[in-house]
Amino acid sequence: MSLVKITGLHKHFGANHVLKGIDLEVAQGDVVALIGRSGSGKSTLLRTINGLETIDKGELVVDGAALHDGKGDLRALRQKVGMVFQQFNLFPHLTAGQNVMLAPTVVKSTSKREAEDIAKEMLLKVGLSDKFNSFPDQLSGGQQQRVAIARALAMKPKVLLCDEITSALDPELVNEVLAVVRQLASEGMTLIMVTHEMRFARDVGNKLIFMHQGRIHESGDPKTVFAAPQTPELAGFIGAVQEA
Amino acid sequence: MFVQFTTWDIVRNLLEAGRWTLALSLIAFVLGGLVGLAILFARISKNRLLQALTKGYIEVFQGTPLLMQLFIVFFGLSLLGVDVSPWIAAAVGLTLFTSAYLAEIWRGCVESVPRGQWEASASLALSYTQQMRYVVLPQALRIAIAPTVGFSVQVVKGTAVTSIIGFAELTKTGSMLANATFQPFLVFGLVAAGYFILCYPLSLYAKSLERKFHVAR
Ligand SMILES: Nc1ncnc2c1ncn2[C@@H]1O[C@H](COP(=O)(O)OP(=O)(O)O)[C@@H](O)[C@H]1O
Ligand SMILES: [Mg+2]
Repeated sequence: MSLVKITGLHKHFGANHVLKGIDLEVAQGDVVALIGRSGSGKSTLLRTINGLETIDKGELVVDGAALHDGKGDLRALRQKVGMVFQQFNLFPHLTAGQNVMLAPTVVKSTSKREAEDIAKEMLLKVGLSDKFNSFPDQLSGGQQQRVAIARALAMKPKVLLCDEITSALDPELVNEVLAVVRQLASEGMTLIMVTHEMRFARDVGNKLIFMHQGRIHESGDPKTVFAAPQTPELAGFIGAVQEA
Repeated sequence: MFVQFTTWDIVRNLLEAGRWTLALSLIAFVLGGLVGLAILFARISKNRLLQALTKGYIEVFQGTPLLMQLFIVFFGLSLLGVDVSPWIAAAVGLTLFTSAYLAEIWRGCVESVPRGQWEASASLALSYTQQMRYVVLPQALRIAIAPTVGFSVQVVKGTAVTSIIGFAELTKTGSMLANATFQPFLVFGLVAAGYFILCYPLSLYAKSLERKFHVAR
């Protein structure tokens, strides 16, 4: 049974038909890499999966939490789906530890002590156990992004969404974040990530999705798809990325 | 009224009246802050009706002179058969005025919290109230301190207008003394100095807060 099941999903921004019937199934432990040109709808698709964008038509089910044509229990869905953003979006008035503790304490009513343990465990996982009391502006971009990952993990999500999480980082900080994602993937975390790191997508992902003009244009095993793209659009995209 | 006023008499009377100016400012600021907070929450709520009502409230108070607002409270309430003293009318009028301005200042602060903060907290399954309480308001509060202190200067100066409905604060007492002493220049000079003494420290404080905030960003 699939963990995430999307059927016939449509999304408009005004007259702009951004997602034109997306069907997608993601199994437990899958690592899905979403690629495609800017504006092809990758972020929008990712954001619908935890309800940051409403759905005009179609169905979305994550581990039993469902939205039909945009209606359903958003907060139940979001407890199953973690998200990491390009711009980190850490809460600047809270320390790294408090950032991680907030959602477990207020959403799940976890006791403060237990939440603190969870936060320490998660910060350890992303290699920042010594930064519990640091504020976001005292951390490098790579460290902030790792705290953001720890913050999402603290809610024990079934699936983690990553939207170009290394794009805002200085090149020398990219690898520390990718290493954390790689580690999560090897532990069996289900991941759906929009990425421009093609090598990473091929090495870590077990499913590649190429989006083009609001549709899934081509998909399959990353190694196969990269080696022999079936559509001229994907071939062109891969060529363009390699030149860059 | 053929009393001879020494300069000290004038100063003493003005100091006494200044206490009323101070009291009125404090009351208007504290009550206006509380009412303003309620207006703020209604203004940024998801309820369309509350949004529209509070938007109208703010626009009316920002779009009419404070003097008219005081007249309407003072004469309007007595038309309704409620007998209000100038003191009550002044306090009510200034409270309403302050609440509208503070609500609007604070709304700007809430809206200046980046959208990413809302999205990150939503993605963590926080409810609207939890997002407000734990993520947005704490950040908005820091931004709000400097403009709020800055606005308190407007409240202090606004109290002068209440002299027209007969409330014996600094300005009203100044006019009476000026008439009685035939020394309007001296008296109003002292009155102005009184306002300056109240307002200048507030402006300085607001400026230093603003600087601190810009450095911290
Ligand atoms: N909040 C929004 N309002 C209006 N249009 C949007 C919004 N977000 C995205 N779009 C539009 O939707 C399309 C897909 O955008 P997006 O999903 O961000 O693409 P990608 O992440 O693949 O670059 C683009 O045409 C973009 O302009
Ligand atoms: Mg995008």
